[in-house]
Amino acid sequence: MIPCYIDMFYPEVGVATLELLEKLGVEVDYPFDQTCCGQPMANSGAHKEAKATEELFIRNFARYDHIVAPSGSCVHHLRNKFTAAGDTPERGHVSAHVHDLPEFLCDVLQVEEFPWAEFPHQVTLHVSCSALRGLYEQAMSERPNDPWFSKPRSLLEKVKGLTLADFDRPDECCGFGGTFAVTDEAVSAAMGNDKLERLGATGARYVVSGDMSCLMHLQGCAHRDRDDFHFLHLAQVLNGGAG
Amino acid sequence: MKPVDQVRNSLGFLEDPTHEHAFDTLIWGLRERRDAAAREVPEWEDLRTLASRIKEHTLSHLADYLEQFEQRATANGARVHWARDAHEHNQIVYDILAAHGAKTLVKSKSMLTEECEMRPFMERRGITVTETDLGERIQQLDHQPPSHIVGPAFQKTTKDIAEEFHRVYGSDPDRADAVYLAHVMREHTRPLILAADAGMTGANFAVAETGAVVTVTNEGNADLSGNVPTLRICSVGIEKVIPGLAELAVFVRLLTRSATGERITQYTSHFAGPRVGAEMHVVLVDNGRTGRLADDRFWPSLKCIRCAACMNTCPVYRRSGGLSYGATYMGPIGLITMPSADVRRYRELPFSSTINGSCSNVCPVQIDIHEQIYAWREVMDDTGGFSATKKAAMKLAGALLSHPGAFRAAAEAGGTALRVLPHFAVYNRLNAWGRHRDVPEAPKETFHQWYARNRGKDGHDGRS
Amino acid sequence: MDAREDILTAIRDHGPAPRELPRVPDFHRDGGDLADLFTAALARLDGQAIPPPAAGLRQWLAATFPDATRICSAVPEVTGTITPDQFPDWAAPADVDVTVVRTPLGVAETGSILLTEKELGVNTIAVLAQHLVVLLDPADIVADVHLAYRHPSFRQAAYAVLLSGPSGSADIGGVTVHPAQGVTTLTAVLAPAPLQAPAPDRHPDERSTP
Repeated sequence: MIPCYIDMFYPEVGVATLELLEKLGVEVDYPFDQTCCGQPMANSGAHKEAKATEELFIRNFARYDHIVAPSGSCVHHLRNKFTAAGDTPERGHVSAHVHDLPEFLCDVLQVEEFPWAEFPHQVTLHVSCSALRGLYEQAMSERPNDPWFSKPRSLLEKVKGLTLADFDRPDECCGFGGTFAVTDEAVSAAMGNDKLERLGATGARYVVSGDMSCLMHLQGCAHRDRDDFHFLHLAQVLNGGAG
Repeated sequence: MKPVDQVRNSLGFLEDPTHEHAFDTLIWGLRERRDAAAREVPEWEDLRTLASRIKEHTLSHLADYLEQFEQRATANGARVHWARDAHEHNQIVYDILAAHGAKTLVKSKSMLTEECEMRPFMERRGITVTETDLGERIQQLDHQPPSHIVGPAFQKTTKDIAEEFHRVYGSDPDRADAVYLAHVMREHTRPLILAADAGMTGANFAVAETGAVVTVTNEGNADLSGNVPTLRICSVGIEKVIPGLAELAVFVRLLTRSATGERITQYTSHFAGPRVGAEMHVVLVDNGRTGRLADDRFWPSLKCIRCAACMNTCPVYRRSGGLSYGATYMGPIGLITMPSADVRRYRELPFSSTINGSCSNVCPVQIDIHEQIYAWREVMDDTGGFSATKKAAMKLAGALLSHPGAFRAAAEAGGTALRVLPHFAVYNRLNAWGRHRDVPEAPKETFHQWYARNRGKDGHDGRS
Repeated sequence: MDAREDILTAIRDHGPAPRELPRVPDFHRDGGDLADLFTAALARLDGQAIPPPAAGLRQWLAATFPDATRICSAVPEVTGTITPDQFPDWAAPADVDVTVVRTPLGVAETGSILLTEKELGVNTIAVLAQHLVVLLDPADIVADVHLAYRHPSFRQAAYAVLLSGPSGSADIGGVTVHPAQGVTTLTAVLAPAPLQAPAPDRHPDERSTP
């Protein structure tokens, strides 16, 4: 599944995701009539307007064992919300079989290495709030007694030459928040700029995330005020050829 | 009536870098201290689960516990009153004061009395009300409501307070020193406490087993307000009742750690009955709580113990200053409780959120705050809370995204593709995104076009 | 219908389905000297705990509060200038420099001590005085707040306060200051009851026996 905004603005992320899965021996279909998961309408409270889109999604994807998307926010919506369409076995199947890319790589494929990938740079990893608190891909800072783990980080650690830099307020929201980015744009941009300050303070200039929506927002903030960051999706780093 | 425009209200605060930065740093510091306190308690998550289940049990047996509380408090010698709404609360309090000829009232912090707008009610009737909580008093003297429910004046810098005290008390405006300013406040407020005709406290908890009202302060001002005058009044929201002392221990262990990162406050006080020869009145207040209790989806918000941990972690609250919400309760808890009080006035509030979920993680009583925010958005749509523009934009986005052909055509038009994205189609305000950010460029081809070109429509390009 | 009936009826007519009350378990803790834990916890909120002064409590009070002229004692170990029963009203302790009182309970987890009208006589002596000295028998320290709430005082007293430090506030710029409206210092003297003084404890104005 390729999110609507990746389809339109970051096709290279879709390409990297497809190529990565094929390198790992997965048989990948791309249902040609897909559009969107329904999240933008649903998050705004417009559930009636999300219904037809969600029904289209179910028609496109219900037949598959695994539905993989390079997007924590879409997968969080599909797994944990996705209630605008009627409650059918197909809808239940979709919700139960959708994976964010890091989840698919860690939990289903259990990938141990990415021999084709090399990335000799310092990187900061931004885990989206959806991936973090919606999909539990990483331990959450609000729960200090939980054991530490991170699926996306464990994948990046397998890439030759790549080093990860830690930053302050590691899981504070970047400020995108879907329509929030437009309705509350001043606070949204302030949050984005604060995040960039903290990422930049590490000295690392590559920002990697499993969510292009966060990166799109941070990239917009960066180009306005400071142009020295590079933003890459996790799929691009793991697929190789990005560094 | 016009809804509260939290976005516009926060702009002024956000554009003032001194205040915004100081506020964000101070409030985030409370979140960090809360984390450190939780780390020290291995059973922290168990305590949260216990607290949540105790509250759920209590709320599902609320009438029984209120009756038990009333019976015990009465046996202890207190007088228990019941108020359906803010006006009844204010009238009951006034009648008690008037019956004693009381003209001056000192009080400790009570968000319930803020809800009831008690001070203006009393002042119009010739009763002088003095807040004894330092932050509340700072705000009172400046004719502002609280900006945070634990530190009411957090949005002011020390310099702001020095200037305010200079205006009010004639103190040195250049001594922006917390020790000096607290001393100035003590010197001016202590005589008012000692001479007050009556004292009022709020309630953090009301213990049904013992009939005690429990207050939690760092200053001891509830102990002063509740003990110095012979007439004591306690205002208690009906959701504050808890079963007994064993349960109280759980909440006492969670509350201050969640609020400030300390294990406990300096004064945890239990008022079970009047002193000999004196009077204690307890006013149990509904003011919309039974309405919320009846709501299948939103009743868990009544579990709230007013720790403000949700505000401290909320990145939107920390950049908005607190007063921008125009509400008694601000930040995440405000977003899910204020619309119950006035769905028209507060219909925009649930959108002042990125639904990131941090609030739900820090809530000591496990209110699913961010999920309630999401659910309120749907209520706003259903109850006609959306503007005509927003409704139209949603309809358009929904139509476009459910028709692959139409979506492809719009997406591949190039250049203006950003308008098609449902996130931005909402308000069609491209200039809004672009005010502080660059707009993403449209690539040469979409993923869809790449796929069609390289893999063919059915996913194969000749490879097996 | 009156307000009480309205409210109770509204609750009973529409409320969430009944849920069970969970049992609060015992949280067993590793050992550790309770007096040490208490001392460390009390210090977090800027109180202090000290062993019984070798020279006697009276000497220690005189040395620690040299400018104190009004001492309210609610304990037999110290003869102050006034006892609680001598106050004409509960605002009068505002003039007190030092209050000395004994507590029946300390809490190691939080550095708290319990006071009720039984120990205080006049509740405000512990909050209006400038300084508070509390005698605490280390044997009366319990490990945590759960154990503290088993103390019978919480069921019997009209007023009970768990004090965990001198009055403070962080309302101004988030900076903690002492005092706010209450006492400026809080000292716990870890002394079994009654404190055995090396010499009979006399007020300087009392005549010595010939």
